[in-house]
Amino acid sequence: MRLSKIFKNTLLVLTACLVLSACATKKEASIGKIEGQMQGDVYTGTDTVEYLADGVPDRVFFATNESILTTASRETLRAQAAWLRKNPGINVVLEGHADERGTREYNLALGERRANAAKDYLMTYGISSDRITVLSYGKERPVDSGSNPLAWSKNRRSVTVKAN
Amino acid sequence: MIIRNFLIIFLISITSNVYALIEVDITRGNLNPLPLAVSPLSIDENSRSNFEKLLKKENIGSEISNIVENNLRTSGLFNPLDKKAFLQAPEIANLKPRFEDWNLIKAQALITGKVSYIEDKLRVEFRLWDVLAAKEMMALAFTTVPNNWRRVGHIISDKVYERLTGEKGYFDTRIIYVAEEGPKTQRIKKLAIMDQDGANNKFLTLGNELVLTPRFNPTSQMVTYLSYFKNMPRVYLLDIETGTQEVVGDFPGMTFAPRFSPDGKKIIMSFAKDGKSDIYTMNLENRIVEKITNHPSIDTSPSYSPDGKYITFNSDRSGYQQIYVMKNDGSEVKRISFGNGLYGTPVWSPRGDLIAFTKLHKGKFYIGVMRTDGSGERLLTENYYQEAPSWSPNGRVLIFYRETKTNAKGEGFSAKLWSIDLTGYNERQIRTPSDASDPSWSSLLSN
Repeated sequence: MRLSKIFKNTLLVLTACLVLSACATKKEASIGKIEGQMQGDVYTGTDTVEYLADGVPDRVFFATNESILTTASRETLRAQAAWLRKNPGINVVLEGHADERGTREYNLALGERRANAAKDYLMTYGISSDRITVLSYGKERPVDSGSNPLAWSKNRRSVTVKAN
Repeated sequence: MIIRNFLIIFLISITSNVYALIEVDITRGNLNPLPLAVSPLSIDENSRSNFEKLLKKENIGSEISNIVENNLRTSGLFNPLDKKAFLQAPEIANLKPRFEDWNLIKAQALITGKVSYIEDKLRVEFRLWDVLAAKEMMALAFTTVPNNWRRVGHIISDKVYERLTGEKGYFDTRIIYVAEEGPKTQRIKKLAIMDQDGANNKFLTLGNELVLTPRFNPTSQMVTYLSYFKNMPRVYLLDIETGTQEVVGDFPGMTFAPRFSPDGKKIIMSFAKDGKSDIYTMNLENRIVEKITNHPSIDTSPSYSPDGKYITFNSDRSGYQQIYVMKNDGSEVKRISFGNGLYGTPVWSPRGDLIAFTKLHKGKFYIGVMRTDGSGERLLTENYYQEAPSWSPNGRVLIFYRETKTNAKGEGFSAKLWSIDLTGYNERQIRTPSDASDPSWSSLLSN
């Protein structure tokens, strides 16, 4: 009993060391990569991105207080539009989000504005508004709980989610 | 739940304040809080044992006095003295204080009283004494149901505050807020209500859906708030006593940022559609919806002036979030914030002369106040993140919430309620059982 406990503790310490060292290296790597993950203050990385289908990223990112679609965002949305045209039975919810550096109520409106920017673009590529619902979460559902510019850039987003 | 039953107040006597020596200037901050003695309410043995059986409190007289003492201390205007230094026993002090004794411990005011059990009711009488003038300033008696004992403490506090400052108190009030738990990325939020001092905390929703920004109506019996019920963010109306909830209006999209009009007959809120947010009102009696602003920008966080004639709100029509004032029909829109930074969440003071707001400037959040024409901007507190001030009913204190910065691993997030005096002094955290945000202060319940 006692032995097994000691063994367990050693194991714990061992794994802790492993985790720590892993963290240390990862941290260095991510510091090196931060520059490459943002352009201006728009997130350009792929850490949080999921895929609706092969080559169809589910989300687009925005600059602080902005709802303008970047070149990369338009590319993502064109891929989504093409996928939606191929799958006429699928409807989507566009979930708009803001970072934590704004007042709650304004951020709710900003999330709605961002999701609508994405919706408008999908519509210009032939997707009927009947298939799109817009939902804003404001600052309520961050993907990254960090309090730093990189975390905030991941959180300023519009995510396309299958509704059915 | 808002208990107005069985509260009878007798005026025993109230002396004219013309010759009173004690005056507390509440406009100058709490640099020299007034030293005062709260003698425990005296209680006879029969009443004591009856209340002990009924309320499970060994000495209800001391408990009520503790509430008074705590309220007066947290106001920052009074310095309740240590009971150990009191020379006169409560039951004797209540009859006729020996002013020399109270003078000796530097008390300028003295509160005495007694509590008794009379025909299943709780009867409290209390007196406020001016120690230097050796005079009674006020004497009142209350009869109420025993369960109301905490409110009796709050009402005594309000009467003392009013008598010594010349302004209404804010102790017999409640706070509605959002209780939070869980990781930052997946917070669970519930509506919660508590007394102003943190007692009697109750949850009003279960946490199954996200809820935000609850606000009381003028009688503090109804609450309007935002709920994500069925994943549709809509403004709701909740009757606190009955628990009945209903959606406000029939809008094809998100409604948010609700508040009541000062007469309680309308709800003003934002409706977001096609990337624009405009301000609407809905009359709760005839269900008529009116569009108040019409602009491609984001117009939100509306708040009425206390006379109902004007509305302040924030809009990014200039390119950035700023504060505006307009007439209640949406005409004569005027921008009032012109300082550096972004301005949001304007709330009109119940006294009508000031607008409290949140300001974001150079990565810091401030709670501040300005006159209703935008002049005289004063920042009261600076922090990493804080917002959404709500006024105490007397317009002297602001309550708001503050969130902490997380560390490099994204840990250490918390959200707490804080209050600060209009003077910028007396910043305090208000204890809540869990994390908390979006506080809204009720009106004075005993009016």
